[in-house]
Amino acid sequence: MYKILATDVLTANSKLFVVEAPHVARKALPGQFVVVVINETGERIPLTIADQDKEAGTITIIVQQIGKTSFQMSTLEAGDTLAVVAGPMGIPSHIQNYGVVAALGGGFGMAAMYPIARALKQAGNKIIGIIGARNESLLIWEDRLREISDEFFVTTDDGSKGRKGFVTQVLQEKLEAKEQLDMVFGVGPVPMMRAMTRTTLPYGTKTIVSLNPVMIDATGLCGVCRVTVGGETKFACVDGPDFDAHQVDWDQLVARQALFVPEEKLALARFEEQRAQAKA
Amino acid sequence: MPKADFNRHGMPSQDAIARGKNFEEVALGYDEETAIEEAKRCLQCKNKPCMAGCPVNVQIPEFIEALRNGDFAASARIMKGTNNLPAICGRVCPQETQCEAVCVYAKRGAPVAVGRLERWIADWELSHGVELPSMSELSGKKVAIVGSGPAGITAAADLARFGHEVTVFEALHRPGGVLQYGIPPFRLPRSISSAEFANIERLGVKIQTDWVVGKTITVDELFADGFNAVFLGTGAGLPQFVGVPGENLAGVYSANEFLTRVNLMKAYAFPEYDTPVKVGERVAVVGAGNVAMDSARCALRLGAKDVSIVYRRSRTEMPARVEESEHAEEEGIHFRLLTAPLEMMGNEKGAVNAMRCQEMELGEPDASGRRRPIPKKGSEFTLEVDTVIVAIGTSPNPLVPRTTPGLDVSRHGTVVVDPETMATSKKGVWAGGDLVTGAATVIEAMGAGKKAAASMNVYLRGE
Repeated sequence: MYKILATDVLTANSKLFVVEAPHVARKALPGQFVVVVINETGERIPLTIADQDKEAGTITIIVQQIGKTSFQMSTLEAGDTLAVVAGPMGIPSHIQNYGVVAALGGGFGMAAMYPIARALKQAGNKIIGIIGARNESLLIWEDRLREISDEFFVTTDDGSKGRKGFVTQVLQEKLEAKEQLDMVFGVGPVPMMRAMTRTTLPYGTKTIVSLNPVMIDATGLCGVCRVTVGGETKFACVDGPDFDAHQVDWDQLVARQALFVPEEKLALARFEEQRAQAKA
Repeated sequence: MPKADFNRHGMPSQDAIARGKNFEEVALGYDEETAIEEAKRCLQCKNKPCMAGCPVNVQIPEFIEALRNGDFAASARIMKGTNNLPAICGRVCPQETQCEAVCVYAKRGAPVAVGRLERWIADWELSHGVELPSMSELSGKKVAIVGSGPAGITAAADLARFGHEVTVFEALHRPGGVLQYGIPPFRLPRSISSAEFANIERLGVKIQTDWVVGKTITVDELFADGFNAVFLGTGAGLPQFVGVPGENLAGVYSANEFLTRVNLMKAYAFPEYDTPVKVGERVAVVGAGNVAMDSARCALRLGAKDVSIVYRRSRTEMPARVEESEHAEEEGIHFRLLTAPLEMMGNEKGAVNAMRCQEMELGEPDASGRRRPIPKKGSEFTLEVDTVIVAIGTSPNPLVPRTTPGLDVSRHGTVVVDPETMATSKKGVWAGGDLVTGAATVIEAMGAGKKAAASMNVYLRGE
């Protein structure tokens, strides 16, 4: 059992947890993730390690309420426990001094983007931070990204904060203006990462995205997370999660993500019904 | 000497139609009377051919002798002397190719049912309280076991009995490796495996789940943390695919994924358990080993209407145990033999809906000694399917080899060992089980774990 030491409600649909997991904290690097199981009947879900404190033996993880597990996890508070925290999984992001790097965080994707951007900054890169969400209330860690950015942009779909539009529009302008841009990193919903691919591909700007397909063991055992990258099958859990966006077969990723949507809806509806009954 | 008796006692089992709808154990086990009657058939051969057929050298005539004399505690003690997991072995060992194959009755097709007797005495012990075996004096040495499958758990138990402090590191959240994620509960009830693991823990073995060696900690870091020796038993968990177009369509599972969902995550109880599994009406399982049979039988139990084994060779070459393929067939699994998949095809949503296949015929034997399948010209046809499960084999997981400098690995990804001692090229590191042999059986992995433990004990006592 792994103890939750602190929580923080970040937005209406996301919550931060500081969890006691010294075995993970001492090794975790930017770009890696943990597998979490909330209780005896829970599923194994991958969650990015948003931060870690080696001395305290803690990691920070953020969940966005999408399905049954993330809603249920969001009911947990400091003092509660998680049944499983395993990791750190995945290959760490490749951090070096590339020059000028754009770091794009879409919505909840900031949880994964921020530690990578911070490491890139520490490696000497000039950071163009671009953060976006559907509206202002859903922006996560805007202040943190701003702090490490040399240039900083906020976009919202509805214009409630920063520029109205998508993160990729800022990227597009930078590329059109032929400003120096040596590398692009981005984490967010699949449509955003796919749009990044379309934006940078014509300019040949190397673009790395962190994929978050369905996983179970996350140790290379089951292969549910397989993605086609450059015509080859890769397991996102052990070969990723970072991949060259220009090489990813996005249609296939979307199709594979959709397989269990009906079951996810059923599980969530059942959970909500049980909660409503418990309250009544 | 007793009179020759060719009447081997049959194994009672759940009705084939009924069991196709549940995950309860198929084989029900002997009752006491039948076990004693079967034990009386043993001729107590002086040269004990059966014992030589056992990878962990169970003293077979001796445990059977005690059993038929009604001294069940003694029988269990003899069994446990060399086999740490008899209730598991009695269920999943391929006795027909091991101890029972060399029984003098085997020529007449009626070997003593060693496996069924093993199961009976092990279950008797589990329900009557397990005796702790004799333990050696503490050595003060620490051993790390990587992986809690059959090889690791066996090595752990023996090393604990030899007096060492043993920690088993398991990547998943429940111990057992393939016994947990791979073998379905209708062949190995989880109450049985849990009881066996609890007994291993009673020997002082610590099982640390959620630690992924190669990620959470490396082998070199284990030594730095004070472990004196390491045993690698990480198995062959990496699924192989056929390599035909369309294999990444939604609805195409590796057998590992499908079985992990069902067995480890208990997806058969969704939504009580959170992990879902989806089977369509028509399921094709590619491959014909035990894993393929397990996958097909799980798919049937999850409500599939039509489940087919698709295998490119004939029945004779099928790698599955005869008992497993017979059980599958009784339950209504179809066998499309001499059939190979060419392509998996999908709908507009990217979900599999058909598999293009080709009929095969058998040619000359190939390197494996089995007759090579050759495509029949013009025999292509399309099988409509909603789900495909690929069960054509697994290879060793590279996480540990990749992060362990000095560990020699073959071009197949298996770890190279001295076959006498199971010692690897790296000092203080032993390995055994599927990681060394490629996918094989539970009992062979256990044999390797025992052999390694003996060698490690010599090393640790001499260090």
